[in-house]
Amino acid sequence: MRPSRAYLIWIHVAAVVMALVVLAPFAWLVISSISPPAELLSPHPHWWPDHPTLERYRAIFGSEGGGGDVAANFRSAMLNSFVVASATTAVSLVVGVLGGYAFARLTFRFRRTSLFGFLAIYMLPPIALVIPLYLALANLGLLDTKIGLIVTYSSIVTPFCLWTMSNYFLSLPRDLEDAARVDGCSRMGALVWVILPLARPGILTTGMFGFLLAWDEFLYALIFTSSTQSKTIPVAIAEFTGKHSSDFGLIAAGGVLATIPPVLLALAFQRYIVGGLTSGAVKG
Amino acid sequence: MRSTVREADRPWARQGAGQHEGRFALLLLLPAAVVVFGVVIWPVVRTLVVSLYDVDSAMPGSYPFVGLDNYVRVFQDDRFYTVLGHTMYFTLVSTFLELALGIAVALLLNAPLRARWLWRSIVVLPWALPTIVNGALWRWIYNGQYGALNGLLDTLGISETPTQWLGEPFLALNMVIIADVWKNTSIVVFFILAGLQTIPSDLYEAARVDGAGPWRAFWRLTIPMLAPSIAVVLILRTIEAFKVFDIIYVMTGGGPASGTQTIAFYTYLQAFSNQLFGYGAALAYLIVLAVFALAMVYLRILKQNQLAGVE
Repeated sequence: MRPSRAYLIWIHVAAVVMALVVLAPFAWLVISSISPPAELLSPHPHWWPDHPTLERYRAIFGSEGGGGDVAANFRSAMLNSFVVASATTAVSLVVGVLGGYAFARLTFRFRRTSLFGFLAIYMLPPIALVIPLYLALANLGLLDTKIGLIVTYSSIVTPFCLWTMSNYFLSLPRDLEDAARVDGCSRMGALVWVILPLARPGILTTGMFGFLLAWDEFLYALIFTSSTQSKTIPVAIAEFTGKHSSDFGLIAAGGVLATIPPVLLALAFQRYIVGGLTSGAVKG
Repeated sequence: MRSTVREADRPWARQGAGQHEGRFALLLLLPAAVVVFGVVIWPVVRTLVVSLYDVDSAMPGSYPFVGLDNYVRVFQDDRFYTVLGHTMYFTLVSTFLELALGIAVALLLNAPLRARWLWRSIVVLPWALPTIVNGALWRWIYNGQYGALNGLLDTLGISETPTQWLGEPFLALNMVIIADVWKNTSIVVFFILAGLQTIPSDLYEAARVDGAGPWRAFWRLTIPMLAPSIAVVLILRTIEAFKVFDIIYVMTGGGPASGTQTIAFYTYLQAFSNQLFGYGAALAYLIVLAVFALAMVYLRILKQNQLAGVE
């Protein structure tokens, strides 16, 4: 049955409306970031600035002068977020892929129990752990360090990687692996040489989700970090929002920069997200 | 029943292979166990212990053991019921809106649109926007003096008198919910899309042949077939809403007049502003209990889905 013309027009109109609702706040973020302060603070909003300026981006990226502390804070916070989220993703992926394979392919005692144990940790609200973790990190001298954040984040992102990878492995055909073993591969050999290359899309998608989780985390970073050494971009933005709520231009510029990496990742992996969610959450 | 599924699931599991596999499994799982439990176990135990003591400052020292008093105090605390009310309201309204909008948008994205990848790419964007940036952005949009929302209402000629969107407790709570829904509907859409793709299209053909219109097909076919995805979304979003903290922190700081304080935010205030660590720990453990109860329901549903898939 071919859809009728009226139906096709209707769904495209609906799609355009939906796109407007989604894109308008993004547009406002970008426009605010290039509007001069006087236009931002005019009683009637300038939907497009008369005198657009890239001053704030220059201040954030320029190595010296201009913009002062706040811009410099955003710059170091971006770097910290990159380091922390990348390292967290790397650690969690490696241990998550190995463990996920065990859950998917091996029979062992306490398999279900330990899987639930990992899942329970993932579901714990951070507010329940933040105080004793703070004290523990203080004892180890890891407060206000990137390492402290990486260690903490890895403990949250790893269960997520375990879960999605284990479901991904379950969706792979087992014949190839069996064939490799018949051909004399050890179990480890079959995993490294046969399964991992096959699992690449799953590993990359899981890595993307993990990176986004770490990039977005706020509460731990808020409590554990206090200087430009380790503050991440959400903390820098939240802090600045609280202190100078009317100077939104610079917040917007920082927000645009903080949004670019996750948006690029999400767009690159967009076609895998549906599959990733199916294997991660619906299939169990 | 369970054992037959397990066996059907793993025909290769020979008698005697167990021990060897167990060792290999241990080897593979050990790194993950160290990374996760090495960090988490001590805080989990420690919070439980602290919740049994009357700890009222950050200084180390000896504090009186009070047993379950902190928990009893939670249930005698009027503010607890108020913030619980906010949390329930936030959870119910945001989850319902996200689900309703999510299903609508997913159906739209599943329709024969031109350039489908383009619309899907647009829908994924709010999900990728960091939560804190989302909160800061909407706080700015709602700004009473310079905000875009008042500006838009003015430009469209709907209202010239500016509204302080975050200025009244109940209004502020609703505005925060809108900001949350705008962002999180995105991921719900993708969950529902994943569910939609498992519905065989010949079922719709059969429904059409039987004379069912689109509306009837939606309620009698699409919704029941989506039930597992909907259940998963409901539970996951409810758990997230129970933990909601970031967006409150950046948009309202719990105000005005504590009107947007949720349970996680209240716990944070008790522990970090009032230094009532024992009380905060008890609150935290109650959140843990609630989340785990929801998680059990979630896992049960997953298992049912799995069994349904086996059949």
